[in-house]
Amino acid sequence: MAALNPTPPLRTPLIQTSGLTLHFGGLKAVDGVDFTLHAGEIHALIGPNGAGKTTFVSLLSGRRLPQSGTIRLAGEDITRLPAHARVRKGIAYTFQITSVFPRLTVFDNVALAVQSQGTADLTAKTHAALARVGLDGLEEQEAQTLSYGHQRLLELAMGLALNPRLLILDEPTQGLAASEIEGFKTLIRSLVPQTTVLLIEHNMEVVMDLATRITVLTFGRVLATGTAAEIRANPAVQEAYLGA
Amino acid sequence: MNGGGVKHWTLHLALIAVLFSAQFWLSPYHATNLARIMILAVFAMGYNLAFGYTGLLSLGHALFLAAGMYAAGLPAQLWGWTAGPVFIAGIAGGGLIAAALGLLALRTAGVSFMIVTLMFAQAGFLTLLYFAPVTGGDDGFAVAASSRTLMGFDLSTDTPRFLAALVIFGTGLLLSLALVRSAFGRTMVAMRENEERSRMLGYNPFSVKLAALTISGLYAGAAGAAYAILFGYVGASFATIQYSILPMLYVLLGGAGTTLGPLLGAALMFVLIEAATGLTTAHQFIVGAALVTLVLFAPKGILGTVRERWVRWLP
Repeated sequence: MAALNPTPPLRTPLIQTSGLTLHFGGLKAVDGVDFTLHAGEIHALIGPNGAGKTTFVSLLSGRRLPQSGTIRLAGEDITRLPAHARVRKGIAYTFQITSVFPRLTVFDNVALAVQSQGTADLTAKTHAALARVGLDGLEEQEAQTLSYGHQRLLELAMGLALNPRLLILDEPTQGLAASEIEGFKTLIRSLVPQTTVLLIEHNMEVVMDLATRITVLTFGRVLATGTAAEIRANPAVQEAYLGA
Repeated sequence: MNGGGVKHWTLHLALIAVLFSAQFWLSPYHATNLARIMILAVFAMGYNLAFGYTGLLSLGHALFLAAGMYAAGLPAQLWGWTAGPVFIAGIAGGGLIAAALGLLALRTAGVSFMIVTLMFAQAGFLTLLYFAPVTGGDDGFAVAASSRTLMGFDLSTDTPRFLAALVIFGTGLLLSLALVRSAFGRTMVAMRENEERSRMLGYNPFSVKLAALTISGLYAGAAGAAYAILFGYVGASFATIQYSILPMLYVLLGGAGTTLGPLLGAALMFVLIEAATGLTTAHQFIVGAALVTLVLFAPKGILGTVRERWVRWLP
């Protein structure tokens, strides 16, 4: 368990889990995970397929409830809080499989996110969120008519429009073209430190480029946490994941 | 759903103006039928808010209609209330019963929701029969003339009845337009389209659906109370399954999720049933055939198809 922490926390962590566990029958999807997320970082969650990454963030976002363990958001215990209440506390989740409202317009998709924070300046805030991801001008188009890359950006705009403290991105670059990935990285960098980003990502280039810290999961457990350099140098990680 | 504001309001106000003028060019018989259609359309508008916009397929709306009807009719019968308070009591009755049913039934979804709402509505119907000494059971009772007057107008006569029906319908229509254009209207549609995604945008699906169902119940209650006051009859037959199916058919025919679909559907179905009754005793067969045709060729209903093909801005 190499866990050299480059920035020792002076404040309460934004997210802290201890002993977080969810088993599906014999499958230990998340198995006693202790995890700390500091405000303002871009934290990548990596690990082989089936390592429990998506299940772990489902527990953070409240889509699933753990069998044991606790989750704290800025010190407050949110372990049993339903998902919609966590969103209102500032945890936004964007789906791995793009989940926009296909039959609604681009505007309505984002407006739904904006108005859950209050209806003041709804139109202006919606346009601002769309402009941020470069989808301005497509407001009146039905979401299902957008290209896949644009739907991913719409999904991201919906997450941003929630004005979150923590933005959880589940494989955000999957299916994006190389040029779109560059734009995505710039966008994510522009979010911190106001927003903290937790990123599940398979594209190692994106991870090494963006992440302030990386956590490696295997078999539902934390294998290592550290900076990109520390993770690259970690023999256990190389064996388990990086394919050395 | 943003934009199009002036067009939306103009269209709806123009429709209300045309309906107002109908009393001058329709025979009294047909004007009374139109009043009846408008009241049924209020019921259907409520159904549409739950089903067409929020995606709640209920088979229990007869219970809300009957709740409004009896919440209006019983105070009139027992304590001689006048039309104003009777109408308000009816609206409240429909809303209260819908909220109570929602608290229980919205724990389920989809087919289970259909079955649970159907079951509650049947229980309500049987309750009305059980307390027949008070409710009149299947025979029902006539509402006394004293409870059918409002500010000196006798609502059992043609013109006041027509105007009262128009005011109730017009108010319901404009409120439903305002609702579906509002932020909450967008949230209702989000529930219909993808409940899980809505939850991850911070909405509690249970409370959104409960609010939508309660609003739907207020409409049904208003329709039930209006029927009691304007047509002078209250009876348990309005709590039967038939009156849960009818608003669904109106909405499907006119176009689910369109503000004007309920009126169009109610009017067409009314005319169709009238015509079919004149032709054959098997009029239900003709109605059924019309519906099968509809589902096969225009599953989005008339205005749903019109919106999809020609008039994109239709609310």
